Amino acid sequence: MKLSYFPGCSLDGTAKEYGSSTKATCKQLGLEMIEVPDWNCCGASSGHSTNYRLSHALAARNLILAERQGLDLVVACAACFSRFKKTAITLKENSELNEKMGEIMGTPYEGKLKIIHLLDLICNTVGLESIRKKVTNPLKDLKLVPYYGCVIVRPHEITQFDDEEQPQAMDNLIEAIGAESLPWSGKIECCGASLSLTRVDIVKKLTREIVDMAKEAKAQAIVTACPLCQANLDMRYGEDGLPVFYFTELLGLALGIDGKIWLDRHMTDPFPLLTSLNLAKGE
Amino acid sequence: MKAITITGPGGEEIIEPGFAELVQQKSGKGLQQCYHCLKCSAGCPISFAMDWTPNQIIRMVQLELKERILSSSTIWLCASCEACATRCPNEVDLPTIMDTLKEMAVRDGIRSEQTTIQTFHRVFLDCLREYGRMHEMSLLVALKMFSLNLFEDMGLGMKMFGKGKINLLPSRIENIQELNTIFRTFGETN
Repeated sequence: MKLSYFPGCSLDGTAKEYGSSTKATCKQLGLEMIEVPDWNCCGASSGHSTNYRLSHALAARNLILAERQGLDLVVACAACFSRFKKTAITLKENSELNEKMGEIMGTPYEGKLKIIHLLDLICNTVGLESIRKKVTNPLKDLKLVPYYGCVIVRPHEITQFDDEEQPQAMDNLIEAIGAESLPWSGKIECCGASLSLTRVDIVKKLTREIVDMAKEAKAQAIVTACPLCQANLDMRYGEDGLPVFYFTELLGLALGIDGKIWLDRHMTDPFPLLTSLNLAKGE
Repeated sequence: MKAITITGPGGEEIIEPGFAELVQQKSGKGLQQCYHCLKCSAGCPISFAMDWTPNQIIRMVQLELKERILSSSTIWLCASCEACATRCPNEVDLPTIMDTLKEMAVRDGIRSEQTTIQTFHRVFLDCLREYGRMHEMSLLVALKMFSLNLFEDMGLGMKMFGKGKINLLPSRIENIQELNTIFRTFGETN
């Protein structure tokens, strides 16, 4: 299956392990991910916070580039995903903006692109039945809590993915790869996102609450699908935090891929946990 | 219309006639629908740190207290987590309204106590204009220089660098001219 792929800036920076585990895992699942050629940053919070038109124009350039590929667009970063979904709607409503983009790029956004998040692709397009069959290294006895954060699931009218208050996709994926998904109260809480660089105090309080909830649920680790969620939970809790994985890393391990290059990049060392359960390959 | 100054229980208030309509027009989201059930404020993860709760901001927009709103911390602290927009019984899109207010504050050059956040957004977009993509090292250096907060997170930054999470050199997109045109066309806030 061929797809257009938008990694986003973080996957080549603070979330390199998300980028490399995504590539390896998708390859193993027989997905051909073709990167959007010459993509640019989606504008992120700074774009939409300070300039409405610019933020949509930045995202629109990527949508137009992706649309030319003629494939469904898969987005790995939760924030980029949310921006693209919003911009796709805005371009339909705001024809003046779209026409201007057409003048700049040669063609406007036609609005035919199907935009989905990577988690949606894995859970619903590839499907859990197919994943189950491909698992060679089930993550037995690993107790996990799925952490969805904010904008992968909400608001539903934008994301068109899962339930916005009680999502289940990642819960089911965790079970499909042989691990245990624990019920908990933190799955859609906010980690503070980009305030991590500007109001560390706020992000520390929020991440502490989330990781403490995971601990109360007796989780051994947290699973995420967003570069900012992972970075904040992994870095801002301080000592005695829990390992925080990208879902692609755990899926990769379950598919029998050597994950050392991803796992080495974590701030909270995941190896003690994985080796204690005999799950880490390549250490 | 000219601003009106009145004396309220909290001192002088400046009312800017037409402000509510302007916010409504720019954000396109029905802020007059809000009946202050407080669901947004109750579910807001950041409200503990705000000077005004999210619904108070809406009330202040309804009362057209422009100056007070645009200089507030609240608009900058909103993390756009979308919890309020998801739960609002009247479908008020608060994150978009917050964005509209931030953009107005930028356009009018109004500063708040959240200078680091305001600086962050500026240097982030400067970096994006330069390279077309985010380069954490450039962003962090610029942020530290402007905020004069050189040593916060220094240890964490070094550890991240050691883990290969922060690239030394930026990568620039090929068609930077196209991006320049986008910035020229849409770069000015309005």
